[in-house]
This record gives sequence, C-alpha cells and structure tokens, in this order.
Amino acid sequence: MAVELDVFVGNTTIMDEEVYQLWLDGYTVNDAVKVRMAGGMLDECEANQDVLLSDTMDQYRTFQMCERLLQSPAKLANQLLFQIPPHRQTMLIERYYAFDDVFVREVLGKKLSKGTKKDLDDIGAKTGVTLKSCRRQFDNFKRVFKVVEELKGPLVENIRQHFLLSDKLARDYAAIVFFANNRFETGKKKLQYLTFQDFAFCAGQLINNWTVGAVDNTVEDMDVDLDKEFLQELKELKILITDKDLLDQHKSLVCTALRGKTKAFAEMEANFKNLSRGLVNIATKLTNTKDVRDFFIDLVEKFIEPCRSDRWTSADIKLYLTHYTNSAHILDSFKHQAVWDRYMGVIKSCIYKMYHD
Amino acid sequence: MPGKLKAKIVAGRHLPVMDRASDLTDAFVEVKFGNTTFKTDVFPKSLNPQWNSEWFKFEVDDEDLQDEPLQITVLDHDTYSANDAIGKVYIDIDPLLCTEAASIISGWFPIYDTIHGIRGEINVLVKVELFNDLNRFRQSSCGVKFFCTTSIPRGYRAAMVHGFVEELVVNEDPEYQWIDRIRTPRASNEARQRLISLMSGELQRKIGLKVLEMGGNAVVGYLQCFDLEGESGLVVRAIGTACTLEKQSSGSLVNTHTHPNTAPASNACNSPSKDGKEPVFGEDLPSSSGPPTPFRNLPTSSSSPPPFSPFKPCSRQSSSSDTDLSLTPKTGMGSGGSAGKEAGPLKTLLRQQTQTALEQREFPFFTLTSFPPGFLVHVGGVVSARSVKLLDRIHNPALGNTRSYKLLDWNSVTADEPETRDAWWEEIRQEIKSHAKALGCHAVVGYSENTSICEEVCILSASGTAAILNPRYMREGCLDIGSTDQRFDDPSPPSCGFCHIPYDELNMPFPAQLTYCYNCRRQKVPDVLFTTIDLPAEAAVTGKGCLIQARLCRLKKKAQGEVNATAISNLLPFMEYELHTQLMNKLKLRSMNALFGLHIQISVGENMLLGLASATGVYLTALPAPGGIQIAGKTSGDLNNEQHIQAIQKRINDTIAKNKELYQINPPELTEEGVGSPIPEPRHRSRLFRSHSESSDEVSELDLSHGKKDAFVLEIDDTDAVEDIHSLLIDASPPTGFYTCNTETMPGIYNWTTAVQMFTSVRVLRLSNANLSNQSLNKIFTDLCENLLKSFYFKLRSNIPCCLCHLNFTVAVPEEELIQVSVTAVAMTFDKDQTQERFITKGGIETEEQLQFPLELCADSSSTNAQPSSKFSGVPENTIVSPRAASVDYGSFADRCSTWLELLRLKAHTIRRGSVKTSRRTQSLAHSVSSLEHCSPLTEGRPRSLRSSRSFGGSSVTMVKMTPLSFLPGTRIIKYLGIINMFFIRETTSLREEGGVSGFLHSFIAEVFAMVRAHVAALGGNAVVSYSMKDCVLMENPNKNQAQCLINVSGDAVICVRETDQEPMTSMTNIGQTCAADGAT
Repeated sequence: MAVELDVFVGNTTIMDEEVYQLWLDGYTVNDAVKVRMAGGMLDECEANQDVLLSDTMDQYRTFQMCERLLQSPAKLANQLLFQIPPHRQTMLIERYYAFDDVFVREVLGKKLSKGTKKDLDDIGAKTGVTLKSCRRQFDNFKRVFKVVEELKGPLVENIRQHFLLSDKLARDYAAIVFFANNRFETGKKKLQYLTFQDFAFCAGQLINNWTVGAVDNTVEDMDVDLDKEFLQELKELKILITDKDLLDQHKSLVCTALRGKTKAFAEMEANFKNLSRGLVNIATKLTNTKDVRDFFIDLVEKFIEPCRSDRWTSADIKLYLTHYTNSAHILDSFKHQAVWDRYMGVIKSCIYKMYHD
Repeated sequence: MPGKLKAKIVAGRHLPVMDRASDLTDAFVEVKFGNTTFKTDVFPKSLNPQWNSEWFKFEVDDEDLQDEPLQITVLDHDTYSANDAIGKVYIDIDPLLCTEAASIISGWFPIYDTIHGIRGEINVLVKVELFNDLNRFRQSSCGVKFFCTTSIPRGYRAAMVHGFVEELVVNEDPEYQWIDRIRTPRASNEARQRLISLMSGELQRKIGLKVLEMGGNAVVGYLQCFDLEGESGLVVRAIGTACTLEKQSSGSLVNTHTHPNTAPASNACNSPSKDGKEPVFGEDLPSSSGPPTPFRNLPTSSSSPPPFSPFKPCSRQSSSSDTDLSLTPKTGMGSGGSAGKEAGPLKTLLRQQTQTALEQREFPFFTLTSFPPGFLVHVGGVVSARSVKLLDRIHNPALGNTRSYKLLDWNSVTADEPETRDAWWEEIRQEIKSHAKALGCHAVVGYSENTSICEEVCILSASGTAAILNPRYMREGCLDIGSTDQRFDDPSPPSCGFCHIPYDELNMPFPAQLTYCYNCRRQKVPDVLFTTIDLPAEAAVTGKGCLIQARLCRLKKKAQGEVNATAISNLLPFMEYELHTQLMNKLKLRSMNALFGLHIQISVGENMLLGLASATGVYLTALPAPGGIQIAGKTSGDLNNEQHIQAIQKRINDTIAKNKELYQINPPELTEEGVGSPIPEPRHRSRLFRSHSESSDEVSELDLSHGKKDAFVLEIDDTDAVEDIHSLLIDASPPTGFYTCNTETMPGIYNWTTAVQMFTSVRVLRLSNANLSNQSLNKIFTDLCENLLKSFYFKLRSNIPCCLCHLNFTVAVPEEELIQVSVTAVAMTFDKDQTQERFITKGGIETEEQLQFPLELCADSSSTNAQPSSKFSGVPENTIVSPRAASVDYGSFADRCSTWLELLRLKAHTIRRGSVKTSRRTQSLAHSVSSLEHCSPLTEGRPRSLRSSRSFGGSSVTMVKMTPLSFLPGTRIIKYLGIINMFFIRETTSLREEGGVSGFLHSFIAEVFAMVRAHVAALGGNAVVSYSMKDCVLMENPNKNQAQCLINVSGDAVICVRETDQEPMTSMTNIGQTCAADGAT
C-alpha cells in the first residue's frame, strides 16, 4: 500500500509558519517531520506521523511553487496562482529574505560571485547553517545587489520598494550591498569580535554621510559609492598631525577639557598624538581603494586596540572623541571644519559601535 | 444581427520568456469568436506588453453567443519560424447575455497552456450589445438565469417552480484522435477543452429553451456532468429545476400576505370533478388566515421569501379526469383508495391535488435540496436506481482506430439501434418515479444523477428523496391559494411535519415501525429517516450532527463485455445492502435517527467496485430515540467467546454513551420511555442478517429493510462479522473543536464567523498486493477515508472551533490497483460563545428565517414535548417501544433489484445526438434587453464600481472567496453574476521534474482555483458559492514521465457584502453608472 498521490489545496493558501521556517532552514521533509514531532505536534488534533508527513509534503510543495514569486516579491502581490492575504505575503517575504547573522558575517564584504558561492559548503559547515539555506541567503544578497545596482535614488528605499521588505531588513540589505560593493575587509582575525549588526550600523553611517547620495540624491549608485570629492578633501586634514603647533594646541585643548573627568586621563594624555595620528592617517588614505577596504581594520588597529589595552571604558571613548572633535573647531588655523565634522561624525559613531567593553 | 460582441485587449504581464537570446518576448494576441479572428499588433521585446487594442467587434447570433466561448490566444511573434503559442484564455460570455447578471467582463485572466499551466496574465475587456428581436421561434435562450445553487437563490423569490429539465449532447472525443498521430496531444487537448466549452454552451442554451417553453426564467440546481466514454465519445449532460424567480426588493414584502383573494380567479380553471371538494376548503379557510405556523409570523425578516405568490390564472387547463385515474399508484399499493378512512379526507385530497399538479409532468423531480418554508410537506425516504450499461465497443481497443472508420460505425449504430443515452436515463427516471409512488409520494426532491465508467461498462445512477410538495408553487396545479394554504395547516407544524409519513400506514410499502410524532403527537413518523436533501431549516433537531460514511470495496473478476456487466449488476444489490447496513449501524452508534444529504457513489474499476455512502446524521426530535446495538454470539457456552462478546458490547455501549455526550444528544423523551439505555430490552431485539454470497436468483427477493427483524443485534458468527464490528468502531470522532457534515450547515451552530476556508484534497492509493481479500480491502479503503479526515483536522487546526461543511467525497478507480478519493469541502469557523448567536443570526445572512427558526422551534418543541407527556402516556406502549425495523426508505429496494436484472440485459449502444453545431445561422433572434432591465433593481455598473473600489486596497488582486455552500456566513449576496462552468486539461511530459504526480496535480488544482477566481473577479464578483469540482480524472504513466489530468468545476459567481454594510446599493450604483458611462465611451 503506497500513497501514490496526496495533495491538499486551499482556496486561501494554507501556510504554516513553523514549517515555512523549517523549509527556509533547509530541512528535508523527513527531518522537518522529526523536528515537528519532537516539538509536540503529535498532540495536536490527534495527529500521527503520516498526517505530519502528508502535511509537511504539501507545505513544502507550496513553498517550492511560491519560491519563484518570492524571488521577485512585487509579483507576489499581483499574481493569481496563490490567494494569500496581504499580511501573510509580508510574512512570507520577510522570512524569505531574513538571514542568519553568522552566515552573513562570513560573506560580508566578499564579492558576490560564483567563486564565493562555491565556498558556501565550507561556510555552511563552519556556521552550522544548511547548504540549502546558505544558497538561498547568498542568492538573495546577489539578487538584491543586482537589482539596486542599476537604480537611482536612496539605496534603502530602493530595496524596500523592490523587495517589499521592512525598514530594518532593508537597511541590513543596504549594508550588505554596500559592503559587497566596496569590498570592505571584515574577515581578518582582529575583526572577528565584531557582529554583523556592528558592521550594518557602520554601513548605515557611511551611507548616510560619506556617499555621493549624502549630498546629491539624483546620481546613480549614489548610496553605494563613497563621495570621491569628499575623500579628496580628507587629505586636507593632514595638517592636524603634520603641523606640530596645531597638534600641540589640539592636545592641550582636549586635555584641558578632559582633566578630572575620567580615570583614564593619564593614558589619554600620553596617547593623544598617537591616536590623533592614527585617525587622521585613516582619513588621508581613503582615496586609495585598497585603504578603503582596510577601513575597519585600520580603525581597530589604530584606535580601538590601543584604547582597549589601556582599559578605556565606552564612556571614556565617548568623552574623548567628543572633545577631540569639538576642540578642533577652536583651532584658529584649522580651516576644514565641514570636512572634519563629516569625517569625525561617522568615525565617532563607528567607534562607539565597534568598541566592545 | 441580433448581437454585437466587443472585446479589447489591454495589456499583459508576467509573460514567459520566449526568446532565449534577449530574455524577452514579442507578444501579440489573436481574438477569435466563431469563425472570425482579429489580431493585435506585436508588442516587441517585453514581458509586460501594453497592446491597448481597438475594440474588436463580432456581429453574431445570440445563439452563437450562448454556445461559443470567446477565445483569446497569446502568441510570440517569430519572423522566421512559426509563431509560438504562449497560452489561451476562454471566456464564457453567457453572464453578459443576462441583464441581471454582469454587464461587462474586465480583468486579468491567467494565460493557460495545457502543458505549461499558467504563463502570465492578460487584461481583457468584453461587452455585449443585444438587439431587440421578438422572434418567437428563436433558438437561443438568452436571459434565462442559471444557478448551481440547489436552493432558491438568496435575494430571489420563487414565484413558481416548474420542475425538472434535462438535456444531453454527445460528440466524438478529440482525445481519441491523437492516436492517429495527426495531432499532438497538446493540440488534441486544446481541441477537447474547446469542444467541451462549446458543448456546455449548447447544452445550457437548450436547457434554457426548455425553461422558456415551460414559462420559467431560471434554472436552479443546475448540475452538469461529463461522461468521458472513451472511444464511444463524450457526453455532456445536465439536469436542473426550472423556476420563475422574482427579484426580491424590500418593497416586495408588502403584498406578501395579500394573497388569498386571488384565489377565485384560479378557481375558474379547476375542473368540475374537484368542485365537490371545495366545501372542505371553505370550512377550513378561516384558520389559514391566522398565524398557524411560526414562519408566517416573521414580518421582521425582510428577506424571508413570501410564502405565497399571486399566481396568474394558469393558461393550461388541468384535466383532472385524467389525473384522477392516476391517483391510484400503479404499483398497486392502493394508497389512493384506502387513505381516506385513515388519514381523513384532507390528506387524500392533498395528495390528489398535488398529484394532479405533478402527474402531468413527465418527471416530477427537483434538483433542489433545500426549499422555501412550507414547500416540502412530507418526506418519504430515499429512492435510487442504478443500471449497468455497455458502452458501444467498436472492436479492439488497441491503437489505430481511424476517425473515418469510427464515423462510419457511428452512423450505422444510429441507424440500427434506436436506443439512446436519453433512453437509458429515461428508464432510470421512470424507475425513480415509480419508487416514489410506492412510497406514497408524488415528487422526488434532492434529485441527482451520476455515472461511473470503466472501459466499456457504465453504471448509471440516480437518487433522490421521495416527497410530497405543497402545490402552491406548481403552475400546472392551478390551485387557488386559499385552499392550498389551509390544507397545509393541517396538523403538521413545520418543525416536524416533513417527518410525518406520506404513505398510508395500513398499506405500508415496506415494513417499518411507526410511532406518533414525538413533536406534535398527532401524526405517525417512522423510526429512521434517510434523505438526500439538506436538513430543513425549520426542523427540530436535538444536539449536533455529524458526517457518517459507509465504505465498501468488493473485488470482482476481470471480464469483458456482457459478462463483466452481469458480474457488476450482480454485485450491486449486495453493495447497496451492505452500505445501508453500515450506515444504519453507524447511525445507531451515534445515537441518531436521521440522515440528510445521503449520497451513495458506486465506482467501478477493472477488478473491484467501490462504494461510498456519505450523509449527515442528526437526531430529529420528532423521531423516536434509536435503540442501542446488541452483540450476539453464534454459539453460547464457549466462555472465551462470551467474554470477547461482552468486551465488544462494552466498547459499543461506551461509544454510544460517548457520542451522545459529544453530539449533545439528550432528548427529553429519554426518561419518559426508557429507550435511552444503549442496550435495548430483550424484546426489542432481533437480528440483523449479514448477507453472505447468495446466488443471484435470491437477489430479487433481497429485502433491505431486514423485514421484521430488528436492526440492533449484530450476530458474530464468523470472523468477517468481527471485522465488521471493529470497522464500525474504528471511525474516530472528530477531535475537539471540529464538527463535520456533508450538508450546508450543522444544526445547533448558528454563530458563524466570516472565516471560510474551501479546500480540495486528492489522494490516490496503490494497492501493492494483488491478492487482497474483500475484508482487507475494506480496511484499506476505510483507513484511506479516515486518514484523509485526520489530515483535514490537522491542517485546519488553526480554524478551531470550526465545522467542515459540505464534505463531498468522490471515489474512483482510475486504474487497476489504484483507489482515488477526492474531497472538496469548506471549513467554517464559528464563535465559541453561543450566547451571541441571537445577535449574529439576527443580522446573519440572507437566511434569517432559517437561522431563527431552529431556535424558536427548539424552544417551542421542547415545551410541547414536556407538556403532553402525560397526555401521551396513554398511548399503548408497544406502539412506541415495539421492535423497530431498520429501514424506512429503502422500501423500494426489492423492486429496484429486479429492475437491475432487467436493465442489465439491455445492451446499450452509443448514438450521436445533437452534435455540436458549427455552422452559423443568421436567424434574427434576440432578447429584449429593455424589458428585462427594469425587473432588476441593480442593473449594470455594479461590478465596475466594485472593481474600482478594490483597487484602493493594499493588494491589486481581489480576494475571491469560494465555498461549496450556497451562502457565505456574515455576508449578504447582493447579486448573482452568472454560472461558472469550467473545464481544464493539463498534461506533462516531465512528471519527475514537476515533483511527481503530487506536484503536478497540486499545481493544477491551484491553477484551476486561480482561473475560477480570475473569471469571477473579471465579472465584478468577489465570491463563488455552490462551488463544486465535478470531475478530476488523472491519468499517469510514470515510466514515460507523463501524466494528464482533467478537471471540471462549477459554481455561481456572486457579489456579496458584509452584513454590517448598511446600504451599499445607492452609492455603488452611482459610481457604477459613471463607470459604465466611462466604459461606453
């Protein structure tokens, strides 16, 4: 006795969120049935294993048929094949485009190419994410990347509209696209402690402040490429470390402001020149693509690590950077206030985010 | 030119990539109607083309408009090679021909290809202009409304119910021509889809003509079926109930109660023979003007169909001298003569008069399953007839029949053999009619017909419920309203009246145990009642109901031709008997006493027969409580055996007790009579005979009613019997929160929410072991059905508390060793809080009266029950508690068995009848648009406005609800847009790649739903009611990686609005008119 055929089709497509998640996570039908059984599904409605199997098969088929539509979510809303209430559509899309932070952390900043795709099984093995799920996530990144590449207008908004994602998820995708486009190095050992959310935050800062789109929102790729003119202007900041008087003046202003406000004052005073040199050097080198890629590693090496070895607290960092930024305005001979603010605004918030106590 | 059809192709979207090089498509569209074809320009290099074509105009007969679908083909232009077809859309323009239905078709239709399924969508506008023509000899029947709904559609009032209409058309099946390799399978499947579309159009037109002839304006309960007879052709047949419907407006209520004065006019045509009886009417007349029945007391229910229709004096004279003769049933039951002394003159008279009305009809059949209050007077029981026919076999079924050869053959057959499929059905209907007569009934309601075909053998089945109807709805009855009225005030309150026996108790057509009605105590009722209709809304029911199924497999030897037909015919009576026994036992096990919606399907395969009987069991308050089930061992003394029997007995008693609690069956009579105990008193006992394999000559004497032996004792005399009892107990009751029924709604649940989930499920089981016994086969089949139900419970668990309504199971044996079960049903959620029911039902659906009745009547009946208990204590106890015989309605069974034997001797032949018309005639016929227009308060424009409003919604696709029921809870149907009747074929040569047969069928069913929804939305509708999937024929060849499937679905497209929306009418009409004006420019 074999069930040759077994289908169940509802006028309103029935989709179980739990099974959907199992499908997205790349479970096989049999494994999914096991998980559901372990999850106590058998107690519901006097189900048995056959019932679960049949239900899981039905749902998996439905999801497979839907997958084509999920890949261009706009179609899901006006297709006729499946009748799915709008709020369910939103759920389906949101979940389909959701990703594992551990997985995305591995591919962040990598080229979304066939080469990377071949390494997915290694990444899967490393992160514990099934290969099927890795592929879906990777393909999602790639699909989003390809679509927004050719679009004008704000990156996050484009993603949100084309893929009907929530604002949060759209921002995450914007970060992924931004990282993939600029190929930021994130895989170095020193950067391992940083989570995807840390990077996503930084990406948001960079997109909002350093890209072409921050000044002009009509250009193509405006949110993906950094503002070349701005990077050029950053070279002017060099004066802060090359002019000895200016450097000393800056240090004394900062130290005056900090004195008595933190336990780490001695270290701050001692390290001021080093740290300032580090930050300004990062700024001046950003015209090189290579150095752009190393932006995060430079931040860690030149600023975060020294501070951490001196046991600064997050509050110390905040205090220091605030005064460091503001004091520059008081320097009479320093004329590049606007560039300085645009630069330090991002650096400040990135460092806050990246500095884990 | 009587009609102008206009079509405009607007745009396409989501088209498939047809040019691999550019990843784009150069699409254009061909629009074809009849023999005329128009083309749009090619819209190059786009998957979302915007053709925005001119209006293509077809000038055609309205006859063609009815028959032909509009064919839209989307193609990919190719400069060098032939253009590739992307897919097609067939649009049935029938809804546009009726002014009360849709006025324009506009929307996105899925582009469908038999191989690839849905490939994108196309936006189309279609309109029809009909010219006024008063030619009386017309061939078209534009304007006749069709409804699948098997009750009077909501918002309408039945002014008259004319009766049965049927028609069938036959053609060659193009499928059987692809063997000659002239056509590809795809071409032949497309031809088949087109042909069937044409044939159903033609069929509908012909039925419409018959309706017009009868003076009606609508067909209700329209049931169309296809018989794929293989080589001998393709039959499309339909039955329905012709009615004159009147649109109900709020104003129409005013004259509801003004009827009786119209009586004298119609009296004039009463023939003298009836005059003698007039005084009787006169006497009782005053009582009729009072409020004798609750339903007349509902002036508040604005939607309740006025029970009386002011008839015009009937033009056709009823010749009562003839009909008087026919009063005495030819079966010799003598109910006519002897009834008088027993039931009084009134009852006889009633029968006479209604019979007069109905006898004139060839077949007093009604496909309706629920009726306006008062329409149904008494119900006799189920009548059914089956006959086994041999389809004409040309010769060797092997490949290579050429078309010309077949045509020749056909002609010769037609010449030699006068017998036609019409004649086959005629035979069966005659039989049904005579069965009904034997039950003292003059009509059959809830009537349906179906077939099962395997190779050259075909089982034709028909079944219905014998009943006595109130003649005031019958035109030919010519009865004055005053008299009809009063006669039905006679002692039957609506809550139990229909249960009262229609036959004469001294000359019962079969042995049955009668008692006085437990509700009114005035009339006799049977102990069990089986019917094919829905539970009447006004019926008094105790507790809830549940789905009851009897399932049966019988092996048979493979055989050919007549031998095979004989073998099948011999098996049929036994199957019916066993199914009946199972039903009866399962009914007792649930402590219920009546079955509604009984549907027995017998399906034939090469080496087995499958029988599936489904019905909804309820406890009718009017009927006596059922006794328990007693197990008896064959041999006493064997201690082991005794213990075993006791154990089983205990299980049975426990089950009965559990079920009583589950279905809340606590009839008030319980204490009064002491029948509540599951074990009947010894004197109630009798034995149920198991049918062993009798020889065929016993068949004609087979007595399904079990004679005088009572049905409650199961004797365990062999292992088979043990198995049977086990299988009885195996039926799991639904888990908490679920109820099941195969009728429209569940008694005792009134507070439905608007949440409905319609679904279709198909399961096919392959029997791996060829040497199965009947018993193990039964077990497999039962498990299959039970497991399906379990799956539904699990899948729909989020809808709890809910009721699976209209559970419609269909079985088939598609191949040797394959069993296919298809189910379509709807899960309806209800509010747990029963206290709310009043409010909800008050505002509820169109059926306020339906919903309120049970409540009021329940209260009513319980009080009447309580009071007269003392009064009735004097009734001799043995009348009530004496041994009960099981069957009420199978009385005509013996009769039927013998007919089977006769029938099987008749060898059938295929004939060609009413072949599809392809020639175009230019008779000038049309329908008066204007004359019809003013009878519909909501004419055109509505659909447009609805559409325009929905575009504001979040999603660009209208949600279309589908339900097999005739209503959607919590909503009001404001307009019927026309019938949906669609036929699709899907084929594949890459079965594995599509996920095997399951994947293939899953997407096909989803596609069918999508196409139905799209058509409804294009008509401006937002729901399909009375939806059904009539055929799902799957053929597969996994070795060749191929499969093919045919699906036929139907339903009524409607616009419904939420109950809470107060006056959508006025605002919508305004918008609608502006929209219509826009559209016209």
